Amino acid sequence: MEEIHKHFLNNNRRNFLKKAGLGIGGLALGSLMDPFNFDKNQDPFSALGSNTLNLPNFAPKAKRIIYLFQSGGPSQLDLFDYKPKLNQLRGSDLPESVRKGQRLTGMTSGQAKFPLVGSIYNFKQYGESRAWVSDLMPYVGKIADELCFVKSMHTEAINHDPAITFFQTGSQQPGRPSMGSWMSYGLGSLNNNLPSFVVLLSNGTGRPKGQPLYSRLWGNGFLSSLHQGVQFRSAKDPVLYLKNPDGVSSQERRKMLNYLAELNHEQEAIFGDPEINNRIAQYEMAYRMQTSVPETMDISDEPDHILQMYGPNAQNPGTYAANCIQARRLIEKDVRFVQLYHMGWDQHENLPTQIKGQSSDVDQPTAALIMDLKQRGLLEDTLVVWGGEFGRTNYCQGTLSDTIYGRDHHPRSFTIFMAGAGVKPGFSYGETDDIGYNIIKDPVHVHDLQATILHQFGIDHTKMIYKHQGRRFRLTDVHGEVNKNLLL
Amino acid sequence: MNNKESNSYKLLTYFLIPLLGVLFFKYLSSTPFETSIDINEEKSYSINTSLSNDNLIKVDFNFDVKPILSDKCYACHGPDDKVRKANLRLDLEKGFYNSLQDDNSKLVIDRKNPNESELIKRIYHEKANEVMPPPESNRKLTNNEKEILKKWIEQGAQWQPHWSYTKPILPKIPKTTFSNWCNNEVDFFIARKLETKGLKPSKNEEKEILIRRLYFDLVGLPPSLENIDDFLNDSSNNAYEKRVDQLLSSKSYGERMAAIWMDLARYGDSHGYQDDQERIMWPWRDWVIHSFNTNLPYDKFITWQIAGDMLPDATKEQILASGFNRNHKITQEGGVVPEEYRVEYVADRAITTSKIMMGLTIECARCHSHKFDPISHEDFFSFYSFFNNVDEDGLIIYGETAPKPNLTIKKADIKGELNFVNLPDSINDVTLMVMKESENLRNTYVLNRGSYDSPTIKVNPGTPQVVLPFDYKNNPANRIGLSKWFFNDNNPLTSRVAVNRIWQQFFGIGIVSTPDDFGSQGSKPINPELLDWLAYTYQKEDKWDTKKFIKRIVMSSTYRQSSKIKKKSLLIDSDNMYLSHYPRQKLSAEMIRDNALASSGMLVNKIGGPSVKPMQPPGLWDEVTGGGGGSLAFYNPDTGENLFRRSLYTFWKRTVPPPSMMIFDAPTRDFCVAVRQKTSTPLQALALMNDPQYLMAAEYLSKKIYEIKNISKNDKIIKLYRTVTGRTPNELEISKLDSYLNEVKKINEYSDEKAFTSLAILVYNLDETTQKS
Repeated sequence: MEEIHKHFLNNNRRNFLKKAGLGIGGLALGSLMDPFNFDKNQDPFSALGSNTLNLPNFAPKAKRIIYLFQSGGPSQLDLFDYKPKLNQLRGSDLPESVRKGQRLTGMTSGQAKFPLVGSIYNFKQYGESRAWVSDLMPYVGKIADELCFVKSMHTEAINHDPAITFFQTGSQQPGRPSMGSWMSYGLGSLNNNLPSFVVLLSNGTGRPKGQPLYSRLWGNGFLSSLHQGVQFRSAKDPVLYLKNPDGVSSQERRKMLNYLAELNHEQEAIFGDPEINNRIAQYEMAYRMQTSVPETMDISDEPDHILQMYGPNAQNPGTYAANCIQARRLIEKDVRFVQLYHMGWDQHENLPTQIKGQSSDVDQPTAALIMDLKQRGLLEDTLVVWGGEFGRTNYCQGTLSDTIYGRDHHPRSFTIFMAGAGVKPGFSYGETDDIGYNIIKDPVHVHDLQATILHQFGIDHTKMIYKHQGRRFRLTDVHGEVNKNLLL
Repeated sequence: MNNKESNSYKLLTYFLIPLLGVLFFKYLSSTPFETSIDINEEKSYSINTSLSNDNLIKVDFNFDVKPILSDKCYACHGPDDKVRKANLRLDLEKGFYNSLQDDNSKLVIDRKNPNESELIKRIYHEKANEVMPPPESNRKLTNNEKEILKKWIEQGAQWQPHWSYTKPILPKIPKTTFSNWCNNEVDFFIARKLETKGLKPSKNEEKEILIRRLYFDLVGLPPSLENIDDFLNDSSNNAYEKRVDQLLSSKSYGERMAAIWMDLARYGDSHGYQDDQERIMWPWRDWVIHSFNTNLPYDKFITWQIAGDMLPDATKEQILASGFNRNHKITQEGGVVPEEYRVEYVADRAITTSKIMMGLTIECARCHSHKFDPISHEDFFSFYSFFNNVDEDGLIIYGETAPKPNLTIKKADIKGELNFVNLPDSINDVTLMVMKESENLRNTYVLNRGSYDSPTIKVNPGTPQVVLPFDYKNNPANRIGLSKWFFNDNNPLTSRVAVNRIWQQFFGIGIVSTPDDFGSQGSKPINPELLDWLAYTYQKEDKWDTKKFIKRIVMSSTYRQSSKIKKKSLLIDSDNMYLSHYPRQKLSAEMIRDNALASSGMLVNKIGGPSVKPMQPPGLWDEVTGGGGGSLAFYNPDTGENLFRRSLYTFWKRTVPPPSMMIFDAPTRDFCVAVRQKTSTPLQALALMNDPQYLMAAEYLSKKIYEIKNISKNDKIIKLYRTVTGRTPNELEISKLDSYLNEVKKINEYSDEKAFTSLAILVYNLDETTQKS
């Protein structure tokens, strides 16, 4: 079925249910259930005309997205934003004329001096695009011609909690839906036995036990909980309570569901409550997930050459590498939004050692994921985004020696990269000054990035709204502009 | 049901019935354009009844016109003077009856020649650069909306103040042909409304269903089999009333009421930001339970929470109550600017208090004057300033479980005044957060865009003018004065908001379906006279006696109606807004788990004390905890009886809330929530099928019943079914349950006993088990 047709169908039903008094929550439509569970030929909703959101607003380039969130704030100055001048100026104080009163975190605001420090890692130019990438990311360097670097990202928050909440929900304070939930709300599901918004977590080796995460980052906020991100874990139960209890066979479960449905229908006859049918459908979806989730998560059918692509941790559950393989498998099953979080990028001290481990966690698997998607033809309509909640300072936090330095949080400029789904490959956008503090060309705000991502899904970010407590809310609040320079 | 039937059935249920319903409803309704109750999507005046066909219909400003203006026009022509276009203001009376600023010859509204009104011309204009609202605003008037505006002007363009800002007066009890059905005043209002909609009330609910409903609503727990049988066998006239009185005086009543209050008060056992370490606030929760159980009148219940610490000769109990205003999140993230977060806490108090007491969402006015309600930027910070004088830290250090100001409760206290605090024997004293005014008054400024570092003009404590001006002569401009303002006889909101919330507790949806928005964008009361009667009665007649008031509700015939949905009511009123039958509702997250614990006999029904950690899947905390989780880095489940306490006591870590609650629509407790979502998801199905807590309950109960001697297999099945669902299964159901028992036995070569456990799992998964019917 055509994407747009699917979408309209979904929305018609939603609209209709509202009128039917069932509300959006009346039938599961979002992240957690197949909206086309009905026999399509018999689907009464396809006959209806109007819908409220009218999404997508135009033909989408992207159908799915993998967001590789690098939690903690990777140092752009040691990875992608090459600043030889910083090495020349090593040890000299950051001039106030550059800082221009930029707010500092409480961690360095007490420092008497702000000595500049360049990266101890070498940078090289890669591919035809001649993109600068440091020696920390050789695999990523090799695929530079697939990537679109945005070196002029900036954000508003300077501390982790508000900054990551801002990136994921468009607001620094908790309570808004995350990007994945918005997409589930706006576009519905593409598949009928997996959630459309899946979350995978991994701990970095760079700074283990660094910054925490919060389940609200993939929360549905004020949207229906049908749109929540569902965490797939490397634990015994990849989804909470997925496994049948010991000794209960799938056959017994099937039997139970059949009887459950019959008895529930009987109750429907007694109480006349149409909501009961929905409950029955949810049990069926749960049953399908009991098969589809473990099947998706079981990588034993992956050939060796693929596993090798993703590096030594590919078969080590719960690692970033393993999660990258999972991400690809989920995308193959038409999960719409796969959100990875890799923790441990918060290198305040001893950055050179910590970032080495951290980078090697993600370098090879990230590159492998993008190339793997490409070889399967999935990169065309799958958007991949790599980046953290802010960047890091060009001056040193804590001890500065030949081999040791640290960097504090820096919201004013940092780098992310994207690939696939109509984003310009082999392209670098934006520029910071020659000591990597301020943006001097083409700034991209977090809301701009969010607007641009939605745009690739055919969504006008000003039109995907949800009315809550009398106000129209959007992912981009009242801001954000699509940056077409980044797009093909 | 064969496939074909099933499909035509779907067609009937999902398509024909509701469609006919909408049409029929529109046809019968005396005010055909009553606003949609669901504000979460574009308002749909979906069926474009042509108004011109019916000139008898009187357009009501508050109910028909204002919602359109608010939603489609106020963004540019509303209360916010910073963004107002053409100096045209449509939220105040005078705005309508002027000429245009840039052209004196044009009237906004021309009562003599309605079609000459600029308002009409512009909304019907064909040119994109003239039509209102402008196309780029994404706000579009439907034909029906345009017709309503036009009709309103043709009928004389009568303006009215917003309905909720005028004081409720005691309405007359309406007459109704269903007076025989009515048990008390509530019913007359309901019956009259049903009558005008062409509906009829339902007969009384069957006793065994009614008693379960009453138990869940009043004490949050199911009745035991003995409770049910006692009631069934009690043929006295006051059998029901006896149960009502008994439940209202049961200690579980306070726990049930407290569970609702926890969402509003955004209670948590952790600080909520970043590393999200442990905090101690449970003694405050003990106080909430206690005050419901001792039936502390609502005015005191609120006053002590808002200003308990400031009352003359404040008792320790009153100071403890003020902990309410410290339940907001507090950051421990190194590196933040403390003032930025302190401002956040003060704003949270203002927003929470406003939502609970006024049913107004004032947070918009933190950054700019409200777009829809006449609450200015200055009003917000005046209200905020009541809460801005606490000697507190914006950034607290690791390990602080009760940052200042705080209160220490000692063993001696719990032997005396604070005997309701359930301090474990192993602990000598406990310290929690409370409110305390700092010695030197802190100045409050309007913060530009709400930001801590952009103070502009200085403001004094004050309340929104539009609700009720603050009486500075007779009341101190502090939290005590604020409490007095809330309970001033002329405050139009306090009682309405309170009774609406109580109504919601029993009927699932409030008379105003947006309990946290009584403003322009909120929904209008479905039965305004009933709302006002309830508000007046709670305040004047019952003098804020909550138990007395609740008894009125549960004694009504409206509450005691059958929940069976009649075809006709589904056609006319598919949302059951008018209550022609009792609305079947899903149990709350707490009730679903507590039902399993209580019905199986595993519940440890002990009141109060520190939060407990029941079983949850391992690893949930540690996989997101960084280095600073402290005592909450890992989830260590409790042992023994703490595994089986009521869900009200489940430990609440805000950044990883308990999955057994979250899966069933509990809020995160990051902020005040007045109405929970109601969803059905496959994750709920998985939890009920596979969460060891439910499996244990099934096993525990099935063993107990299986081992009963000298009763037949059928009787065992019936006993199991009744214990879990409260209802006696019919013959068909019994035969199905029996055949499942046989089949599951055969598949797995189970013993009779084991098969009976499988049957119990099935019963715990029935729709009926998780419903209040």
